[in-house]
Amino acid sequence: MEVLLGITGRDFTLIAASKAAMRGATILKASDDKTRQLNKHTLMAFMGEAGDTVQFAEYIQANAQLYSMRNETDLSPSALAHFVRGELASSLRSRKPYNVNLLLGGVDPITHKPSLYWLDYLAALAPLPYAAHGYAQYYCLSILDKHHHPDISLEQGIKLLTLCIDELKRRLPVDFKGMVVKAVTKDGIVDIEFDDDKVVKSA
Amino acid sequence: MSSPFSINGGACVAMVGKDCVAIACDLRLGLQALTVSNNFPKIFQYGDNVFLGLTGLATDLSTVSDLFRYKVNMYRLREERNIAPKTFANLPFICGFDSIGCIDFAADFIVSGTATDQLYGMCESLWEPNLAPEDLFETISQALMSAVDRDALSGWGAYVYIIEKDKVTKRLLKGRQD
Repeated sequence: MEVLLGITGRDFTLIAASKAAMRGATILKASDDKTRQLNKHTLMAFMGEAGDTVQFAEYIQANAQLYSMRNETDLSPSALAHFVRGELASSLRSRKPYNVNLLLGGVDPITHKPSLYWLDYLAALAPLPYAAHGYAQYYCLSILDKHHHPDISLEQGIKLLTLCIDELKRRLPVDFKGMVVKAVTKDGIVDIEFDDDKVVKSA
Repeated sequence: MSSPFSINGGACVAMVGKDCVAIACDLRLGLQALTVSNNFPKIFQYGDNVFLGLTGLATDLSTVSDLFRYKVNMYRLREERNIAPKTFANLPFICGFDSIGCIDFAADFIVSGTATDQLYGMCESLWEPNLAPEDLFETISQALMSAVDRDALSGWGAYVYIIEKDKVTKRLLKGRQD
């Protein structure tokens, strides 16, 4: 039960991923980072089959960095999203497809517009104002439908994220060991301190 | 439910009028019963008066539409003109393809997607020959909106294109958002 969440606002994109690395019923690690930085202003979060996830994410990361070095320019979040989709789509019809769901968040280096892309393992790509993967979709999308606004500030975005994570703590049957939270702004990617020890009482 | 054709849902319809054609699609992208996006257009433009509507697995919509865009762009560079086959030049014309490439030339309307059954019913009852552009817009809109309201996997707004000899009009229909 992995959790991936993404929220865009006025001048930022927030990406959050659960910290638990699970194998069957066992939690192997409680400080896992399911994100990779692709360039200065693009961050990718991933979940899915163990092994596939990191392999695919780091392949994409390496190619994004290679592009930046060769051309002395970063690819835009939109360009990267379509590149990732292309790679995932050709993998889908190969002998052994990657089983990876992704969220790709970024801020355009030129226009400073924040963006968020939702990609599933079938390589369906959707640009969205807010997104989730896995069971989190069933709990969080309705909360975000009600409370999200494209013009929110980073503080409001973190509040909204807390609202979602509280609901997950309340309703998900297993402990996902808190969340890694990162914000993409025009100045780059920053780690957001997030209180994982907050106890949410169930009904 | 796990057929690739009905995982993401969606609906497309095209109609012939008098000296015009119309093509329309819904805007939903879903994962089975869960709606992921309500802004996922399924109509793609390849020339001044060439439009393609696609339904089925979302990943294949992107792959096919991107591949066609590449091929049409290469054609335009190679031929130094827009892709405008004689058939498209003056005649209002629509046709459909199924997923294995069987072509369906229709004189009236074409439907596609998870709301196919509903769209056939609506088109059969609303469509009539020689509709003027504004009447055709009304007809295709009512047909699509009524059809997707009876399909759980389609809806959440629609785009309607009215293609005439000298102009194309694109309209957004808000539709039910529940």
